[in-house]
Amino acid sequence: MSFLAVTRATLAKDLRLEWRSKDAINAMLFFSLLVVVIFSFAFDPTAEESRRIAGGLIWVAFLFAAVVALNQTWARELRNHVLDAYRVSPAPADPLFLAKAVGNFIFVIVLEALMAPLFIIFYKLRPLGPAWELLPIAVLGTWALVVNGTFFAALSIRTKNREIMLPLLLFPISLPALLGMVNATTAVLTGEESAKFWIALLLAYDVVFTIACLLLFETILEAE
Amino acid sequence: MKRGFPILAIVTALLLSFGLYEALIVAPTERTMGDVQRIFYYHVPSAWTAFLLFLINFVASVTYLIRRNAKADILALVSAEVGVVFCTVVLVTGPIWARPVWGIWWTWDLRLTLTLVLWLIYVSYLMLRRFSTSSQTPVMAAVLAVFGALDVPLVYFSIWFFRTQHPSPVIGDGGSLDPRMAHVLLINWAAFLCLAWLVCWTRYRLEVVQREVEEAQSLEALLEGDGSR
Amino acid sequence: MNYLIAAYIATWVIHGTYLTILARKYSKIQREIKSLKK
Repeated sequence: MSFLAVTRATLAKDLRLEWRSKDAINAMLFFSLLVVVIFSFAFDPTAEESRRIAGGLIWVAFLFAAVVALNQTWARELRNHVLDAYRVSPAPADPLFLAKAVGNFIFVIVLEALMAPLFIIFYKLRPLGPAWELLPIAVLGTWALVVNGTFFAALSIRTKNREIMLPLLLFPISLPALLGMVNATTAVLTGEESAKFWIALLLAYDVVFTIACLLLFETILEAE
Repeated sequence: MKRGFPILAIVTALLLSFGLYEALIVAPTERTMGDVQRIFYYHVPSAWTAFLLFLINFVASVTYLIRRNAKADILALVSAEVGVVFCTVVLVTGPIWARPVWGIWWTWDLRLTLTLVLWLIYVSYLMLRRFSTSSQTPVMAAVLAVFGALDVPLVYFSIWFFRTQHPSPVIGDGGSLDPRMAHVLLINWAAFLCLAWLVCWTRYRLEVVQREVEEAQSLEALLEGDGSR
Repeated sequence: MNYLIAAYIATWVIHGTYLTILARKYSKIQREIKSLKK
């Protein structure tokens, strides 16, 4: 089977499984909602100030939601010894990684799509800059978190404290991407600066790390 | 320890003392900042040394991924640890310098922020090495080091652009450097390089012995297991 | 001036702490070697 075919098949299977076991999804949805509410309690700015800080708050909230989703990325594969099977077989593992990453991406985007309107309501947000730019920012930013997150989740599997290891590894490396996401969003909301540099940075980040993850996934898979 | 070690130790001690003397007494007092500026002679060489050590870590990690020899792995571990130590010095002396000069403890200026991010990346690297239960930790750590290295230019550019949009005080040399100051700076850098070399050498030997001991211990456990049957 | 001294002392405290950690590791290994030799 071709690379894309395998990826699509794996992805379809994952989505079907997730859809059937809605417990995990529901828990994460509720968690995301709670995060939005807590942030709204903790930071209650005026409409003027909120445009300046909302970018940071939103992306921190998305980051938490993403980590919760990423932590269970490989749980099912571990339970069913799928990774062992991949290690033994001559089939390349890249489609597996890509399918996992895309699956996580879809899931986190859905979470974001649900959290964003709440943020808009709670913070009375109205973007002063080109609002359409928020779409590439969301896509590129989420992919930046998810691609490295899926990879580091695999690295964290055989560690003593798996759940905390993932954010410990992910956060430092993601700092430039986070800077990009937050500043781009703030630029669009306040309309004071152009987000173009940040979008370009996010694109560069995504390209570099997607290639790195695809090239090195086999290496770490064999190392588990 | 080979014969070179005591010689290096003596040279290091001499250079460090000489460097200290030069920094505190010989170097001219800076016009605007006064004596506090002398922190510069420890802050900057520590930063250069830390970056060099992280570079060594990157090269050693890539070498390990290609050749899978234990020496490269140990060198990667050692350079990361000592690099973090020197990086910590940079992050502590920076604010101590900034406070009297700018009145603030911290500023998100390019160099300090980059140093902080590097420190975070390498501490996470060391944590992976410590908490991993896999037998293939060296491979995973090496991959993480590669990711960290790929990240560095991205970190640099993101902070650089952020700073051009939101300028802030810069921690570092004010502008042009008095040649007498440059001389003191270089002496202290040589001193810290020797210190780094000395400490890395020590840590390297320590790690080699540690691994041999661990191997011997697991061998003994195996043999005892056989004997008790 | 105090800041200058603080910075220099901090530098040596940090290096000293690391070297102390290495020294402790060294004694621990020495003990383990002794127990292995028995």
